[in-house]
Amino acid sequence: MLKYLWLIPFLPLIGFALNGMVGLFRIWTAGQRPSRAFVATVACGSVLLAFLLSVACVWGLAQHDPEHRLVEQDLFTWIPGAAIRTSDGELTAFTISWGLQLDPLSSVMVLVVTGIGFLIHVYSIGYMYEDPGFYRFFSYLNLFMFMMLTLVLANNYLLMFVGWEGVGLCSYLLIGFYIFKRSAGDAGKKAFVVNRVGDFGFIIGMLLLFSYFGSFDFGEVTEKITVLFPTAEAGWGVLNWIALLLFIGATGKSAQIPLYTWLPDAMEGPTPVSALIHAATMVTAGVYMVARSSPIYSRAPEVLLIVAVVGIFTSLLAASIALFQRDIKRVLAYSTVSQLGYMFAALGVGAVAAGIFHLATHAFFKALLFLGSGSVIQALHHEQDMFKMGGLRKYLPTTFWTMWIGTLAIAGVPGLAGFFSKDEILWRIFSSPEGHYLIWLTGVTVAGMTAFYMFRLMFLTFHGEERFGHGAAHHIHESPSTMTVPLVILAAGSIFVGYIGLPAWLGVTNIFERFLEPSLEGAYHPGHGEVHFPLSTEIAVTIISVAIAVIGIFLSYYFFVKHPESAARLSTRFARAHHMVFNKYYVDEAYDLLFVNRAKDLGNGFCRFDERVVDGLVNGSALATRISAWISGQADIHVVDRLVNVLAEMVEFFSKAFRRLQTGLVQRYVLFFVLGIILIMSLYLYLGA
Amino acid sequence: MEFFMANILNFVCYFPLVGVVLIMLWPKGKEHETAVKWIANLVAFIGFLISLPLITQFNNPAFIDMTGMRYVIRTNWIDALGVQYYFGIDGISLLLILLTTLLGFLSILSSWNAITERVSEYYCYFLILQVGMLGVFMALDFFLFYVFWEVMLVPMYFIIGIWGGPRKLYAAIKFFLYTLLGSVLLLLGILALYFYQHSVTGTWSFDVLGFQNLEIPFNLQWWIFLAFFVGFAIKVPMFPFHTWLPDAHVEAPTAGSVILAAMLLKMGTYGFVRFSLPILPQATIHFLPWLLVLSVIGIIYGALVAMMQKDMKKLVAYSSVSHLGFCMLGVFIATPVALEGGILQMLNHGISTGALFLIVGIIYERRHTRLISEYGGLSHVMPVYATVFMIMTMSSIGLPTLNGFIGEFMILQGVFADPDYRSWAIFGAAGIVLGAAYMLWLYQRVMFGTIEKDENRTLPDLTLREFATFAPLIVLAFWIGLYPRTFLEYLHEPVNQVVEKVRPGEFMPLPVQSAETK
Repeated sequence: MLKYLWLIPFLPLIGFALNGMVGLFRIWTAGQRPSRAFVATVACGSVLLAFLLSVACVWGLAQHDPEHRLVEQDLFTWIPGAAIRTSDGELTAFTISWGLQLDPLSSVMVLVVTGIGFLIHVYSIGYMYEDPGFYRFFSYLNLFMFMMLTLVLANNYLLMFVGWEGVGLCSYLLIGFYIFKRSAGDAGKKAFVVNRVGDFGFIIGMLLLFSYFGSFDFGEVTEKITVLFPTAEAGWGVLNWIALLLFIGATGKSAQIPLYTWLPDAMEGPTPVSALIHAATMVTAGVYMVARSSPIYSRAPEVLLIVAVVGIFTSLLAASIALFQRDIKRVLAYSTVSQLGYMFAALGVGAVAAGIFHLATHAFFKALLFLGSGSVIQALHHEQDMFKMGGLRKYLPTTFWTMWIGTLAIAGVPGLAGFFSKDEILWRIFSSPEGHYLIWLTGVTVAGMTAFYMFRLMFLTFHGEERFGHGAAHHIHESPSTMTVPLVILAAGSIFVGYIGLPAWLGVTNIFERFLEPSLEGAYHPGHGEVHFPLSTEIAVTIISVAIAVIGIFLSYYFFVKHPESAARLSTRFARAHHMVFNKYYVDEAYDLLFVNRAKDLGNGFCRFDERVVDGLVNGSALATRISAWISGQADIHVVDRLVNVLAEMVEFFSKAFRRLQTGLVQRYVLFFVLGIILIMSLYLYLGA
Repeated sequence: MEFFMANILNFVCYFPLVGVVLIMLWPKGKEHETAVKWIANLVAFIGFLISLPLITQFNNPAFIDMTGMRYVIRTNWIDALGVQYYFGIDGISLLLILLTTLLGFLSILSSWNAITERVSEYYCYFLILQVGMLGVFMALDFFLFYVFWEVMLVPMYFIIGIWGGPRKLYAAIKFFLYTLLGSVLLLLGILALYFYQHSVTGTWSFDVLGFQNLEIPFNLQWWIFLAFFVGFAIKVPMFPFHTWLPDAHVEAPTAGSVILAAMLLKMGTYGFVRFSLPILPQATIHFLPWLLVLSVIGIIYGALVAMMQKDMKKLVAYSSVSHLGFCMLGVFIATPVALEGGILQMLNHGISTGALFLIVGIIYERRHTRLISEYGGLSHVMPVYATVFMIMTMSSIGLPTLNGFIGEFMILQGVFADPDYRSWAIFGAAGIVLGAAYMLWLYQRVMFGTIEKDENRTLPDLTLREFATFAPLIVLAFWIGLYPRTFLEYLHEPVNQVVEKVRPGEFMPLPVQSAETK
């Protein structure tokens, strides 16, 4: 099956082309939309096939020995090589192939992307059924699948970047899917441009990478690095720079500080999009990229620290904003940012496997939560304010209990998926030599906050009194089975996927970590400074984080079930702080003030400069030419031509004068003749004497 | 057939004149206009078809002479001055010629409904313009080159001046005079080379390849470079010689803008690649920092000015300044990867900006306004148009899988390969961010949102003819993005020759093509 690897991304591409072209063609020629059945079959079918094929391929890969779990497939030479010199002076060819590879790391990603992607495709049939852009939605979604699969299957950085930008495009198109909404268009544009800022770093990182290692190929880069950098790089050298620049790209795509601001706005898109792109898959691309680059990052200790700090700090910031949001999707969006921060924190302390593990479990429960919220939003006719919900459990039973499973999973309740992965991360942060107890402490605090805001979300939505209009109650009914079945499957996943990565203290091997090992071989392990903690410490650490989560749950229960009025009282008591957090610390406003408006000012300034100075010079020289032309014209008339005329006038004048002499009378001529002789003679006599 | 292939460059270059003659002989009057349009379209289309054998026989040794030029035609023309009628092409000119014949046809096709006044004159000028452009890319005699270079100016002047917008006269005269100023300096430079060559070798000749083999002293190179620079930089246009461009674009009819952006500007970039770099290599290296500064200013300045435009055509015009800054960055740094990228980016700019001008033209024809604020929400009524516009927007901002990315990335990587000028790549990359900002903002304001203006509610979507003008460009955009090899393979050889002049020995011997498809 492995030789059909290329089909995995290709199948959704066909789905995209088919749906997009047929749909557009029918609208163009017949003015009709393609049938929903056709669109849904093509879209979901292609992704289902891709999923089945992925399972087969991963299964095939797992049959290999662990050290041979890498299948590469170069499809064609994409950019043929012109000569280029690397920085050590070696002459090489700039040849880049369109090549795919499957190894344990990409296996995990492919399964998550196609598996959860398929469920969300099915869910979307129900969710988007009434939308006139049904075919457009599914073709975008298929295109996204193609790009995302290209991203995770690429065997070199440049092709990964193709997927990276491609998912950005799909994200843009899908955030702005409701084209009549101005805010949707704004959000889409913001997402794209903010991501481009990150890509700026990514691109320069790649340039630097190639100019040092002469290749974009993951395998070749790893090989070169292990030769050139047997140990970690000391100080700020090229590896640290490459790592930092690539990480800037990751902060854009995975919504970390300072580029996280686009993700909450991205909730303008349809909810399945939020689930698929802005929770489960695309936003984890940055995590995947850093994990994929672990040969670089593991040798760049300075940047690793930055990654860890940025990750944990983002996670704290986002969690604190999530505490007070009213919009159900925004809570989940900030929660996503926060959880991504966790993953980066894990990567930052060198716990790549733990980060990827959390990526996988998070994909399940966050997709579940988003889809659940979509079910709620649709039932309430696009109401997203949780303070206008309440008591929905009897109307939406399936949504209700599946979402509770997701909530318990993300809150870190023992036995569910989120518990295992989050616990693994926290333990690694605590125990790893690159970790720090402050990072751990922050992480545990965030765990408590997560439990708090998630329970708040559930209490406000499904419990307590019904705060929606009373007339609306009998319109509310549970979503169709195309939507609830994916919820149920994801709920099952949210419970059980954690068991593939059971922690060591239970006395079993961590299958997940073992499976990933071959992919992370190129990473550098310092091998010293490793402290071996007793089993009791590990269990104690787990108990602490669970206890903190329980405190969060209790507080949430206290404020939103037991004494609902006390939450309001507290927020008025600390109005200023509440305002500050509720308005997301005014980061968006600050960015507008500092960057967006300044860029516009600069643009306007340049516009004026262009008109007045640059073009002014051109028009000025034209004017100067015209003035000098006028002057020479005048000079021509009044001086040059005047001279000519004066000459003519003089001739005329004199000729007039002389004309009088020429009378034609011979007597007069004789008279002048005689007079002349007399004059000359007298002069002669006078002067001669 | 043999006769045809031996003279193929003449056929390709002068074939449009057949159309001119036919149109002139055709009876005049409103009722004959359709026939005139058909003639022009057919001639342009056949002109494109007969340029295709240029590709198929490109590597046929029968048509390669010892200089590596293809399909050479060479006879004496003006003996007294040593002027020759000398045509020949290499990979660089091949790609530009094909783009010219294709875009010439597409822009003639796009004029079907746009031009209603003085129809036959319009098509005559367009076809003559075509001849001038093709001649520029084929001429290997500097005198001949200069003749075509000037021939090209005249029809464009009339196209803007007669069929243009409200300020057409201002724009046309500005275009003409500005370019003429550059041409005069260019001519001075050519003459300096001509006399210098005579003083050294004793022969009178305008042979371009001969000039390339001269060892010109640095002082003279310095002066000639400046003269050439003004001539070509105005045409490109590079900052600060660019202000004729927005005026000319805004006033020109759609097809005029397309040809102006796609082909006329390439004359300047082509001039640098063909003449300045190989003939004056030391001067190029000497001026390199300044050239890079101007290119980078062009990239960022053009993008920022584009961002704040209210007129769609002006926006696209300024985006050209930015894109051509990218081209020039790649051309001047003259490492093989960057130069190939720069030349590829010439094609890319022709494709995506040409298409963007067509896109603006489509709604201008329907609404007779180019103000962005007059639109909004068009994707509700024009879904096919919206799709085409989106693809071309993405092509313009360099989204991978489309053409722009390959060119931009190769340029940046090529700049990075010269350790002295590495940091300039950073400014180039900044242009990519700004590019996304202004194009997406434009797209959002025109296509997204609700329809505010009643006139926009009934706008018809693309017609089949209009779609036909876009289809080849879309295909090319994806082709270059996904399989640029087809195009880059023609560039290896000529680019290496140019690089070897500017940076002798730096990229030799050529690396073995290691990674063939496994």
